[in-house]
Amino acid sequence: MTGALLRGKVHKFGDDISTDLIIPGRYARLRSNLPELAKHVLEDADPDFVNRVRPGDFVVGGDNFGQGSSREHAPLVIKMAGVSAILAKSVARIFFRNAINQGLPVLICDTDRLADGDELEIDLLGGTVKDVTNGAVLTFGKMPQVMVNILNEGGLIPYIRKHGDLKL
Amino acid sequence: MGKTLAEKILSAKSGTDARAGDIVISRVDFAFVQDTTGPLTLRQFQESGFTRPASPQACAIFMDHAAPSPNREQANDHLFLRRFASETGCQLFEVGQGVCHQIVAEQFACPGDVIVGADSHTVTGGALGAFATGMGSSDVAIAMALGKNWFRVPATIKIDVTGRFPKGVYVKDLILYLIGKIGAEGANYKALEFTGPAVARMTVSQRLTIANMAVEAGAKVGLFPADEVTGAYLEAQGRGARYRPLQPDDDAVYERVIEINAGRLVPTVARPHTVDNTAAVTELKGTKIQQVFIGTCTSGRLEDLAIAARILRGKQKHKDVRLLVAPASRAVMEAALRAGYIRTLVKAGAIILPAGCAACLGVHQGVLGDGESCLSTANRNFKGRMGNPDSFIYLASPATAAASALTGEITDPREVL
Repeated sequence: MTGALLRGKVHKFGDDISTDLIIPGRYARLRSNLPELAKHVLEDADPDFVNRVRPGDFVVGGDNFGQGSSREHAPLVIKMAGVSAILAKSVARIFFRNAINQGLPVLICDTDRLADGDELEIDLLGGTVKDVTNGAVLTFGKMPQVMVNILNEGGLIPYIRKHGDLKL
Repeated sequence: MGKTLAEKILSAKSGTDARAGDIVISRVDFAFVQDTTGPLTLRQFQESGFTRPASPQACAIFMDHAAPSPNREQANDHLFLRRFASETGCQLFEVGQGVCHQIVAEQFACPGDVIVGADSHTVTGGALGAFATGMGSSDVAIAMALGKNWFRVPATIKIDVTGRFPKGVYVKDLILYLIGKIGAEGANYKALEFTGPAVARMTVSQRLTIANMAVEAGAKVGLFPADEVTGAYLEAQGRGARYRPLQPDDDAVYERVIEINAGRLVPTVARPHTVDNTAAVTELKGTKIQQVFIGTCTSGRLEDLAIAARILRGKQKHKDVRLLVAPASRAVMEAALRAGYIRTLVKAGAIILPAGCAACLGVHQGVLGDGESCLSTANRNFKGRMGNPDSFIYLASPATAAASALTGEITDPREVL
């Protein structure tokens, strides 16, 4: 996978973080102005997130992260904030696929063991998350090869631009 | 070993022996976007190097979510969508035509089709036996360009519905009950398949309400068999020739079977801020509301407006409640006008909104004030959904909504029927 080793801090969120909490419909007017839209990422879940997040950091959720709308703007604005991966106990289906299509890794693991502000080292190829702050080591499962291929090209659109077609 | 509806459809469209867990490339029969996901999708389509869809007639653009446009930015998005449609030959559905999912049901979805839309409630088409699922912009852009996409064949949870609905209890109560029972991710990555004698008796309108909310349990599709009811609906919509019966095999393998006796259901309400936070209407008696919204792709069809009109006929909505009604499509609006429902609703104090998504997603036409509560017939009550994170959304049937509009508080429709 791309960028095999990731380092950054945990920004911890709870269960059921919906796409409305990630980027609400009231900002739909900004959807053709992505830099402005991205200023509101996760605003209704944590108004200060956009000021605290640093390039490389991780968004960490609980169960059912990304439930709701199919708006691909949701993973897109998280990626634009500089986040290098999303970690959650479980992720809603459409959001998961959208994140991969945006070239943003989504790792399913036991996030109860990660606390807000912890430093993580993630080995994408090895499938491990090391919490440098508390010493915990977590593993995450493999995703289907077609998704790995899409992620390796930086997302679905770059993949199609390069290959011109979709293959399993 | 037999197949579920999902396995049957994806086998036929992929040319493989598709089984739950397999990953297949399937033909896509119809792909669409709406006006809040469309601009990103169509830009991605262009960025991928494509100029024309594989089949422009199999692609549609709907202007429903912010329609008529509430601001300059979205008016300009509409301009972009119109220009794209005229340049590529994609079908365009203008402001006022209605919600994409209702129009897909009225004009496009057929049994056995694979349909993708850049909107999570694309699952609505499952009511007609179509494998219809919501995807993001990149995936829909690629489906438009190539006429295909990849899918993981979902495992299926079978929902077997028996019994007859008691007075004042409707399909909306059934689907809210089911989501409350299995949870907001109880069917994540899975198909829901609805069967049983109560399902065989359901109208297409009722099936659309149930299929629409499958995604609120996380499901990829909410599938109904295609039967005589489906055939009669397609015939009435002018595409009877495309009807073919579609049933799961008797020996299909299900991950789980859930039996629901409709006769034991009660009017059900989803409380803020998740759809699975359900309660019997009686538990919420007396909860004050400032707005009632009847409409959407979930519950804005003729049968829904008929239920509301029946309860509101000759009466007045409560003085402290705004009663908003948005027919799901122009066809519904016209039929409701002919049937006299619109007149009844207006006389009861309702505000009639254009056919479209209206107040559902917080872009216009009924944004809530701080601390206000809305009882809505829509499908989603997430924090901030209706434009204000400091407001509260309850979801219920059109009957519960109409009864509550009369009193200004959450009210059991069985008290007024």
